Amino acid sequence: MASGEGIQKSPTGIEGFDELTLGGLPTGRPTLVCGSAGCGKTLFASTFLIHGAREQSEPGVFVTFEERPSEIVANVASLGFDLDGLIEDGRILIEHITIDASQVAEIGDFDLEGLFLRLELAIDQIGAKRIVLDTVESLFSAFTNQAILRAEIRRLFDWLKDKGVTAVITGERGDGTLTRQGLEEYVSDCVILLDHRVANQVSTRRMRIVKYRGTAHGTNEYPFLIDEDGFSVLPVSGLSLDHHVYDERISTGVPDLDAMLDGGGFFRGSSILLSGVAGSGKSSIAAAFADAACARGETALYFSFEESAQQAVRNMRSIGIDLGRWIEAGLLHHVAARPTFYSLEMHLAIMLREISRRRPRLVVLDPISAFIDSGDPLEVQAMLLRIVDFLKVEGITGVFTHLASSADLIETEAGLSSLMDAWILLLNREASGEFNRELYLLKARGIAHSNQVREFLMSEAGLRLLPPYVGEGVALTGAARRAEENRERRNEASRRDEALRRQREVDHRRRRALAQIEALQAEIEADEAELDALVRSEDDYARQAVSDASGMVEARKGR
Amino acid sequence: MSQEPLRPIRLTLYVAGQTPKSLAAIRNLERICEEHFPGRYAVEVVDLRTAPHLAREHNIVAIPTLVRELPSPMRKLIGDLSDTEKVLVSLSVNEA
Repeated sequence: MASGEGIQKSPTGIEGFDELTLGGLPTGRPTLVCGSAGCGKTLFASTFLIHGAREQSEPGVFVTFEERPSEIVANVASLGFDLDGLIEDGRILIEHITIDASQVAEIGDFDLEGLFLRLELAIDQIGAKRIVLDTVESLFSAFTNQAILRAEIRRLFDWLKDKGVTAVITGERGDGTLTRQGLEEYVSDCVILLDHRVANQVSTRRMRIVKYRGTAHGTNEYPFLIDEDGFSVLPVSGLSLDHHVYDERISTGVPDLDAMLDGGGFFRGSSILLSGVAGSGKSSIAAAFADAACARGETALYFSFEESAQQAVRNMRSIGIDLGRWIEAGLLHHVAARPTFYSLEMHLAIMLREISRRRPRLVVLDPISAFIDSGDPLEVQAMLLRIVDFLKVEGITGVFTHLASSADLIETEAGLSSLMDAWILLLNREASGEFNRELYLLKARGIAHSNQVREFLMSEAGLRLLPPYVGEGVALTGAARRAEENRERRNEASRRDEALRRQREVDHRRRRALAQIEALQAEIEADEAELDALVRSEDDYARQAVSDASGMVEARKGR
Repeated sequence: MSQEPLRPIRLTLYVAGQTPKSLAAIRNLERICEEHFPGRYAVEVVDLRTAPHLAREHNIVAIPTLVRELPSPMRKLIGDLSDTEKVLVSLSVNEA
């Protein structure tokens, strides 16, 4: 194996943990996992061991001082691990060491060489590279001579190091100290503290790397989760800052809204806030976003903090959006959780984990305001900042809905506006005895967009945005708009009638004039004909007169 | 002390190699047995270093460990058996 580059690390197979520690636990060294009862120490240790046996071809020994081997097998079976199979293959060995203090009398000096011999036997039997000791506290309760125990525990850690096995030793948390004896943390190369805290009746599991000799590590507390997928640590910070920047535009799923955005929708990877009062159509637009993403063949992830998946599918069907088919096709994942179900950071952690696993192109959080009540505003803002950042880094389009408490409120409690690339404001305004939904594009970074307040209609045919009636210095919506439009229509009709009438009148006059022109023309022609005739007869007369005169002259000469 | 009806005592002493503790335990046990249970005891010394699987079989953790196989119930003593009184009390073979 490569050396020189710091210490070797053994992956634990615990989601998130290996990333956090840049590789896992220190290879060939003892790690202490401490915490109070029920915080997941044994699960951490089992996952480490099973991962080693299954994925890393590193056989492991599970030394249990408390639970019976059959109980351990049953416990991990519920997480989908076939421990029996691994035991049969000789890749895992469970060594059950029981010490019943009531049966044992201590007389004089002793040591734990028997334990060492048994560990050695077990390690050599399967060629173990990993070992778990769960939990060493049991030894302290079994023997009364604590001075010997302390010396022996110290020797045990050294011995494990000499053996070169990667060890996980679990320990109960003491009062004000990491462990009851205040000893193990000093002799371990790596100390991991698991914690289980309850605040506002919501419990959160947290993990902290207290110490890790010879390597850099995050010192923060990280939430972790134990669920059907086992143990996963959820690192929520330490993200790189190279954002993807997309020029590609994606449809909002509402053609009229796309049209307001210079024709093409929002930029991929942008964060879009939909804020509005109750019933203003936030979820519907969010669903339209998801629908459009799935229609493009992309995957979408919908986190709902109010509705279940079935509810959302049914409700969205009423506005012509069929989310059910996308869920069936595996393109849309709907994750529903009550805000109070987890603590804030746990929610964040779960969301980040889901996003990392499913790798969607679009994520909807509906609504983010659900968190505002469940925590300190600063924490909420920090959490949302993290998720927005995370989505940005991953180039995932984020759609966030926010329930505004007042219609006039053009600000969000969590101070989100600066985080968002686009902000769609949904209004539900009362005018002349009716509420009308309106939509306004408050902000859309980098996109020329309409400044109009549009009327927002939801029907079986889908979502539509109607241009408002604009006239006499006001924009009108709803019945007022329709009334105004009707009045306009009536005005228009009468104006059209009037125009027609005038046209006909003019036409008539024109035709009459034309007729007159025709008559006069005829008159002129008649006059001209008469004049012609007169001229001709005058000429004849003149010619006759001349010839008559010359005839007279001839006659007078008498020739 | 030895007026009781003589019941056979079978003891197993688990040690690990020739460590001072192990040797002390062997010495102490032999002395105690000779003094207090002459003729009715049987001691087997098991060196776990040569047979470590026996540690697993008999669930031995501490060294030295003395196991009273007979009379039953089984009892375990750990340590170098340096306190004779305590050993006798713990073995409690003189009680009914």
